[in-house]
Amino acid sequence: MPAMWRVLTGCLLLLMAGPGFAELQWNMPEGVTEVSRDVHQLHMVIFYICVAIGVVVFSVMIWSIVHHRKSKGAKAAHFHENTTVEIIWTAIPFLILIGMAIPATSTLKAMYDTSESDIDIQVTGYQWKWRYQYLDEGVDFFSNLSTSWDSIENKTEKGEHYLLEVDNPVVVPIKKKIRFLFTANDVIHSWWVPDLAIKKDAIPGFINEAWTVIDTPGIYRGQCTELCGKNHGYMPVVLYAVAQDTYDKWVASQLKAQEEAKSIKEMSYEELYALGEQVYTNNCASCHMPTGTGMPGVFPALHGSDYITNKDPTDQINIILKGKPGTAMAAFGDQLSLSEIAAVATYERNAWGDQKEQSVTPAQVHTIKTQAALSN
Amino acid sequence: MDMSNYYVPSESKWPIIGATAVFLTVFSLAMAIFESKTGISWFTKILALGSAVLLIYMLVGWFSNVISEDQQGLYSNQLNRSFRIGMGWFIVSEVMFFGAFFGALFYARMLAVPWLGGEGDKGVSGMLWEGFQAQWPLLNNPNSELYPSPSGVIDAWKLPFLNTAMLVTSSITLTFAHHALKEEKRQQCKAWLLGTLMLGVVFLFVQGYEYYHAYHELQLTLNSGIYGSTFFMLTGFHGAHVTIGSILLAVMLIRVLKGHFSPNEHFGFEAAAWYWHFVDVVWLLLFVFVYVL
Amino acid sequence: MSTAADSLTDHHHHGPAKGIRRWLFTTNHKDIGTMYLVLSLSSLLIGGLMAFVIRMELFEPGLQFVDPNFFNQMTTMHGLIMVFGAVMPAFVGLANWMVPLMVGAPDMALPRINNWSFWLLPFAFTMLISTLFMEGGAPNFGWTFYAPLSTDYAPPSTTFFIFSVHLMGVSSIMGAVNVIATIVNMRAPGMTYMKMPLFVWTWLITAFLLILVMPVLAGAVTMLLMDRHFGTSFFNAAGGGDPVMFQHIFWFFGHPEVYIMILPAFGIVSHIVPTFARKPLFGYTSMVYATASIAILSFVVWAHHMFTVGLPLVGELFFMFATMLIAVPTGVKVFNWVATMFRGSMTFETPMLFALAFIILFTIGGFSGLMLAIAPADFQYHDTYFVVAHFHYVLVPGAVFSIFAAVYFWLPKWSGRMYSETLGKWHFWLSVIGVNLTFFPMHFSGLAGMPRRIPDYALQFADFNMISSVGAFVFGFSQLLLIWVVVRCVRGKGEPATEQVWEQAEGLEWTIPSPAPYHTFEEAPKVS
Repeated sequence: MPAMWRVLTGCLLLLMAGPGFAELQWNMPEGVTEVSRDVHQLHMVIFYICVAIGVVVFSVMIWSIVHHRKSKGAKAAHFHENTTVEIIWTAIPFLILIGMAIPATSTLKAMYDTSESDIDIQVTGYQWKWRYQYLDEGVDFFSNLSTSWDSIENKTEKGEHYLLEVDNPVVVPIKKKIRFLFTANDVIHSWWVPDLAIKKDAIPGFINEAWTVIDTPGIYRGQCTELCGKNHGYMPVVLYAVAQDTYDKWVASQLKAQEEAKSIKEMSYEELYALGEQVYTNNCASCHMPTGTGMPGVFPALHGSDYITNKDPTDQINIILKGKPGTAMAAFGDQLSLSEIAAVATYERNAWGDQKEQSVTPAQVHTIKTQAALSN
Repeated sequence: MDMSNYYVPSESKWPIIGATAVFLTVFSLAMAIFESKTGISWFTKILALGSAVLLIYMLVGWFSNVISEDQQGLYSNQLNRSFRIGMGWFIVSEVMFFGAFFGALFYARMLAVPWLGGEGDKGVSGMLWEGFQAQWPLLNNPNSELYPSPSGVIDAWKLPFLNTAMLVTSSITLTFAHHALKEEKRQQCKAWLLGTLMLGVVFLFVQGYEYYHAYHELQLTLNSGIYGSTFFMLTGFHGAHVTIGSILLAVMLIRVLKGHFSPNEHFGFEAAAWYWHFVDVVWLLLFVFVYVL
Repeated sequence: MSTAADSLTDHHHHGPAKGIRRWLFTTNHKDIGTMYLVLSLSSLLIGGLMAFVIRMELFEPGLQFVDPNFFNQMTTMHGLIMVFGAVMPAFVGLANWMVPLMVGAPDMALPRINNWSFWLLPFAFTMLISTLFMEGGAPNFGWTFYAPLSTDYAPPSTTFFIFSVHLMGVSSIMGAVNVIATIVNMRAPGMTYMKMPLFVWTWLITAFLLILVMPVLAGAVTMLLMDRHFGTSFFNAAGGGDPVMFQHIFWFFGHPEVYIMILPAFGIVSHIVPTFARKPLFGYTSMVYATASIAILSFVVWAHHMFTVGLPLVGELFFMFATMLIAVPTGVKVFNWVATMFRGSMTFETPMLFALAFIILFTIGGFSGLMLAIAPADFQYHDTYFVVAHFHYVLVPGAVFSIFAAVYFWLPKWSGRMYSETLGKWHFWLSVIGVNLTFFPMHFSGLAGMPRRIPDYALQFADFNMISSVGAFVFGFSQLLLIWVVVRCVRGKGEPATEQVWEQAEGLEWTIPSPAPYHTFEEAPKVS
């Protein structure tokens, strides 16, 4: 029973304030922005007020329990009304509340002022990843969980940042006012980074705004906080706050990489299949399952479906590009490069034996994509 | 107050039949929706039919039971007061049900649509819907491929106005019927009640015609965006309530014909009348907020 | 038509029918109350089983037992079953048993409607639970079923869920109408409103809340159904709707709903504390006004569940201030209870222990509620385990403990037997330790950044989760003691109970024999 031992040690650690204790985070982080520190302070003030009230009320109660018990021969008094007392204990909490409302109001007002930003980033929630579009710079990418499924399923060791690590972090410069515009592509998500004290829902069809000025460089992690379906627990946020020149270099390299991804490459069947497997695992397997059999009633099977048993891949490519509105099938046209779409189509056709070594080429995908764009 | 008069039936089969009937009704409805894509099975069809029969059997049986107890004089004034309280608060709950849909109408109209069109506190949302202009009635949906926009909406001052006039009149004729009953003028009561019922039925026919017109000439459907959604849900539930009210009035007419009710005690009649007036008031709100404004 | 004919000839004056007939056809408030309580206990066990699955999965990081989709089904069903199947029916059952006894009425005002209200529920829950076995699985979008996760992205079984909510709604509304008619119309001569026992008062106010908000929930699920199957666009921006509108409608129901689950608890505690402190309740009048204020305020605070959806600033401020105000009447209640104990002559039987734990732990839940009301801070708390800790503190050691207290308090009246005080105390101490072990660490994991409704978590939350799981197992299994206690009394074990049962119990319900006869107060008592 190793698990039981861990519980016991866990409890002991808590009790003894031992070596593990110092690392154990159990309060709201102060964070790295002015706003987050204000929020933290609000939190602590309210907390101490509650503790103070609690101490007073519970002391009276416990004192009564100890002293006014029948076994100690206490005789019950008969008072049961006192208007003055009632007025006092209505008025005092009311005053305390006003005292709490004032700082809360000013912090809230500050949080809502998104004007005069230096950088605008549109953040779009997808099932189950984030997309970041830098509106002026033109940088545009998706950010997926990079923790391996093997470690989630306890087949390999869990790393330090288990579930809080991504393939492409969002990168911002420090000491600049950054405005986030949140929206979603499918269901409601919520973007949260505790160290920035930003938590905003990403709502399909609408935009919510938030802003931040980060004063310390660092890596800040958070998670999606609105239940968004099956893999809600697996869409973290990782934000790198860096110096301005590092940021500039990063933007340049991103733009270059984006250009490269647009080009049409010649790829062999083996290359396509290998890349396709990777793309499939990251984007498709959570619904359609690694076996391509889907989940009956929720996510349709690919294996044996018309899309891939048909020799002509047009329908298959189209649905990957455009998705199926009103269902969980997202449009991947903007998410994946031509080669990636060709690769994943190739993989789906061959992985479960529906076709035999049939390739779909990036050029084919390119043709269909342009046709689709024209027909709209 | 004499409590020992309070009639407590010792046992009754109707509640359990009622619960079963209501359950089977919604269950067969759910099955039908569940199977709608693949074709509704025979099992579901038979279940739906059976549950409808059971539901009608329960309603007829339970109400006959109550009416015959009433006729036997088992009901004290106090019990009648319970009925009044019960019916009154039931109608309040109905008001709240409509309240939800009115709330949706106001929210969509005052907040959601302007935001999507780039106005107001969350106007920044407009950048997601290029070319969308906020207007009400909404004749251009943000995405008119998914939700085809209607070409027009129903003119308030034609049929809806006629319907308003009819429904308001029916509330008045019903009040005349009620007064006639109180004054023991049975013939007048029957005539006014029949008139009320006729107005209700004609209202429903006009409403049906209006729906036909909306669907076929204006492309105003359930699927045509938030205007169509709120329009059909509000008027549709109202129509359903007019139907129920008409059935209640028809039952009251039959009871008057059978010589039920006394000038002082006729709670069944009053309950039906309350219900009818409630339906009438909802219509007035509908006329103002859905059709006119 | 034989039953109808029977009921005309020989109403009153006979005992229960034999066998299953008694339960199917009954119009007796005590039978119906018992059925509600049994339903509630079964739901508690089923919902508890789901909590067990959740806590097993969260025992350690990584996926061990269930896949994330099934995990979501468990959290959803656990919430729905506990709210609609365990807590609400328990209070309705208590109301059925106790309200007629407390106001001196022969039965509920509308006895047949009463039976109908009850029997809708087993059907509704059977349908709800059956979704677990349907293709695509049960609803997996949380008990709050936010659109569009519950519309376009939901499993097909959602349709059954929607109709089961309709049935529950009808049942609750009819039940509430019945309670109102009983309280308004059937009080014994001399029992003015300001002489009514507090449980009756709190239930009267609860019934008004039910009537005003359950139809709104019905409206919400109806829109959901229409959006799913009939092409409407209430919750879809593409047609001019708004997913957030769903949340507004849902929480307009949802916030009064949480008070529906706590006001009767306030009533229960206001009976138990004076009884075992042997001193009249302090501030009866202010208790009534405080309850009414809480109920009224509950209609203007709904959007504090939605601080992060991007409300306009004015909305955010309004809902923050309104929510903070609720602390005032709630505080008054707690102060009154403490003042009742002060200079009393207390004993600590099991009902009193649960009531005391209620006061302390509910107040802790109230404190975290106050913290959550502060909108800027709520951005950090929202949808984390801090919220999970908060609402479990008000619902478990709040509502559920008050139900336990009520059961121990009135069980002798129902069964005619005293329960075993030793077993009761064991049940209490195991529950109170289990509950705190489960839910207290959740405050910390939430503040440290753990979102709710996730099947797997980052490593820094591991210790807290393990403690929570252990606590949950202790709490869960200790409920078997409750079943044992109840079964013992029902089977006639234990000391016979006197009429008054407790030394200082006051009220009409303590003037009738124990167990309460099948028919009571056929002649109305006089209240001076």
